[in-house]
Amino acid sequence: MSTNTLEIPDFRHSPRVDEVGIEERVSRFTKRSIKTDAKHAGLHLILSMIDLTTLEGKDTEGKVRQMCYKAKHLHDSIEGIPKVAAVCVYPSLVRVAKKELDGSGINVAAVATAFPSGQAPKAVKIADTKFAVKEGADEVDMVISRGKFLEGDYKFVFDEIVAVKEACGNAHLKVILETGELSTLDNVRRASDIALYAGADFIKTSTGKVSPAATMQVTLVMLEAIRDFYYATGKMVGMKPAGGISKSKLALHYLVMLKETLGNAWMTSEWFRFGASSLANDVLMQLAKQEYGNYQSMDYFSLD
Amino acid sequence: MATTAKQKIKASNGNSIDSSLDFNSGWSYSPAPESTDHIEIKDQYELFINGKFVKPAKGKYFPTINPANEKRLSMVAEATKEDVDKAVKAARNAYNNVWSKMPARERGKYIYRIARIMQERAREFAVIETLDGGKTIREARDVDVPLAAAHFFYYAGWADKLEYAFPGKSPHPLGVAGQIIPWNFPLLMAAWKIAPALACGNTVVLKSAETTPLTSLKLAEVIQEAGLPDGVVNIITGAGATGAEIVNHPDINKVAFTGSTAVGKIIQNAIAGTDKKATLELGGKAANIVLDDAPLDQAVEGIINGIYFNQGHVCCAGSRLFIQEDVADIVVRKLKDRMESLIVGDPMDKNTDIGAINSKEQLGVINKYIKIGKGEGAEFYQSSCSLPNGKGFWCKPTLFLNVSQSHRIAQEEIFGPVLAVQTFRTVEEVIEKANNTPYGLSAGVWTDKGAKIFNMTNKLRAGVIWANTYNKFDPASPFGGYKESGFGREGGLHGLAAYLHV
Repeated sequence: MSTNTLEIPDFRHSPRVDEVGIEERVSRFTKRSIKTDAKHAGLHLILSMIDLTTLEGKDTEGKVRQMCYKAKHLHDSIEGIPKVAAVCVYPSLVRVAKKELDGSGINVAAVATAFPSGQAPKAVKIADTKFAVKEGADEVDMVISRGKFLEGDYKFVFDEIVAVKEACGNAHLKVILETGELSTLDNVRRASDIALYAGADFIKTSTGKVSPAATMQVTLVMLEAIRDFYYATGKMVGMKPAGGISKSKLALHYLVMLKETLGNAWMTSEWFRFGASSLANDVLMQLAKQEYGNYQSMDYFSLD
Repeated sequence: MATTAKQKIKASNGNSIDSSLDFNSGWSYSPAPESTDHIEIKDQYELFINGKFVKPAKGKYFPTINPANEKRLSMVAEATKEDVDKAVKAARNAYNNVWSKMPARERGKYIYRIARIMQERAREFAVIETLDGGKTIREARDVDVPLAAAHFFYYAGWADKLEYAFPGKSPHPLGVAGQIIPWNFPLLMAAWKIAPALACGNTVVLKSAETTPLTSLKLAEVIQEAGLPDGVVNIITGAGATGAEIVNHPDINKVAFTGSTAVGKIIQNAIAGTDKKATLELGGKAANIVLDDAPLDQAVEGIINGIYFNQGHVCCAGSRLFIQEDVADIVVRKLKDRMESLIVGDPMDKNTDIGAINSKEQLGVINKYIKIGKGEGAEFYQSSCSLPNGKGFWCKPTLFLNVSQSHRIAQEEIFGPVLAVQTFRTVEEVIEKANNTPYGLSAGVWTDKGAKIFNMTNKLRAGVIWANTYNKFDPASPFGGYKESGFGREGGLHGLAAYLHV
């Protein structure tokens, strides 16, 4: 099975989504009660799926170096805590992160293509991507052109993703839909289909710069799109909700949703990521509670 | 895992692709049982007559068990002719001397009080409902108990506004209502029956089902606590014979029954020629119809909710699924995958999706129909979930595919987690097939197009039709059937009319 034999569907006819039904399904996920061993295993899994992220204008080499140390050593006072999956930075800081994480098994992801707005000519976006890859990025997080999408120019959006994918070479491509700007779940589904058929390795909800960022509702719509794509092609694509997930309980609900929508094969950092900066500490706090029997102050967890 | 939804599909390039999903290995949920501490179930329950718990005249008791482990929960009094007579007399006396004379606003206050106490004791009600009936704690907690309280709140509000419900008329109560409720929603059905009857100024003799008497007896305690005048509500327990005594009692003005169509027919025979009024809410074999433009993933959720809610022990269950042919394969595939994530087991575990079958007898009925379906040549499919070992009554979520209209499993009410799947080509065809049943309680329509919804809901002969959802209930919405699914409406404004001379 290779992508060049894929039949590209007419994205105007992407499956419709019923918002009320989505809400109902999501509320069922949130009613799962995750206790004891399941909670422990789930929290470990969550940590291993985190893309530890800093995407600020004021990011410096020093900041990134410190975050990279945290990525490798989330909380050394408890044994058996996993490493995160990746760190996510701007292209200009990829080289620093790459050096810090050398040999750790942690990937470096770079946001590219005129992140977060995507308002730049195609040539600039391609150059941005190529620069990130040249600097050593293992993964590229691109943004789609939401303006073109809302104009109905799906071909433009599709072609752009194909071009960025080509520029990525061996680097994995995550396609950010910026669902907070797409307005309807029907649009989220359609944008997901475009990204999937254009060759995304992952689809991702948000840049984290627009509110609302990731919600369980949009994530479910995207997971269902991934499932339909898998049914049709046998090809697995990953999912990354990003922004707005800062509590363990919510992250566990996401795991429940993942498990019950796509099944066990997706339950690894290879196929699912949390784009988050403060989630790790909340998860660590829960694990420390399981370890020591009581909650510790936030001051026990490093702020990198 | 022989029955897992493993399948190879043809890709557009003609190659065969293995794209099966694995829902059974890896991360799984640890047990999360709801605590039964602080739940009091007495060793023995008496009859609630004239405001007091009294021993049955014949001194007979029968056990009620937990269908998840077959252990006895309690012994419950069996009411006989003498007890029924005593209860009806108490109700008549309360009607004549207290309840019908009380200002309507005061009646409303009592009903509000019942609703509030029920909310305060919601957890207790939910746990007992689950222990006694086998339904999941999630549903008892999130559906049965809150809806039951909501019914009392809703009808409490109507008590002093009846003349506004029927403008220009002077509505007045019927008298004594004899009410017989089923075992699938014991507390909720008690609420559906008692709340409107009281709001309209009637008094009540209610008999709960043989296998699920405990929550109505708890409700009797709440009624006592609420200080309702003696005899306004009498709650008795027993089997079919007790019910027959109520129906045949000469001083009953109204019979309200929810249960099987067979018993409904007996009741109608029994009251023929009397001036007793009746509301019968009977069986169903609802068509849940998925058109090709529907949001399919959400439709699948509605199919699951339609047939596996409360183990399929739902008179309005969407037990006949009609899928438009061009999306039949994908819908069935999604349905099978969704079934894999349903957890069958201990009803008290908060993660359980499908609990215990209510009784050994009902499990026998379900298994009989599964055998019939296989014999009829329909394609049998069950999810690969595990069932609890040892005691209890269990049934895996079940599908029959390639079912025809002539199959008995498509015609007769099974009242279990068994779905008969049929396909159709056109809207005209599916309306014809959906209506081609002696029942007419409910139906479901799934489509993205509003015009199709209005067209179909006008032509489907069913009392309740859901569009792009299923099994939604609200006290303000009337509920009831066409044809052999019964007559009369419960809930909403229509539900008042059933307890009034208008």
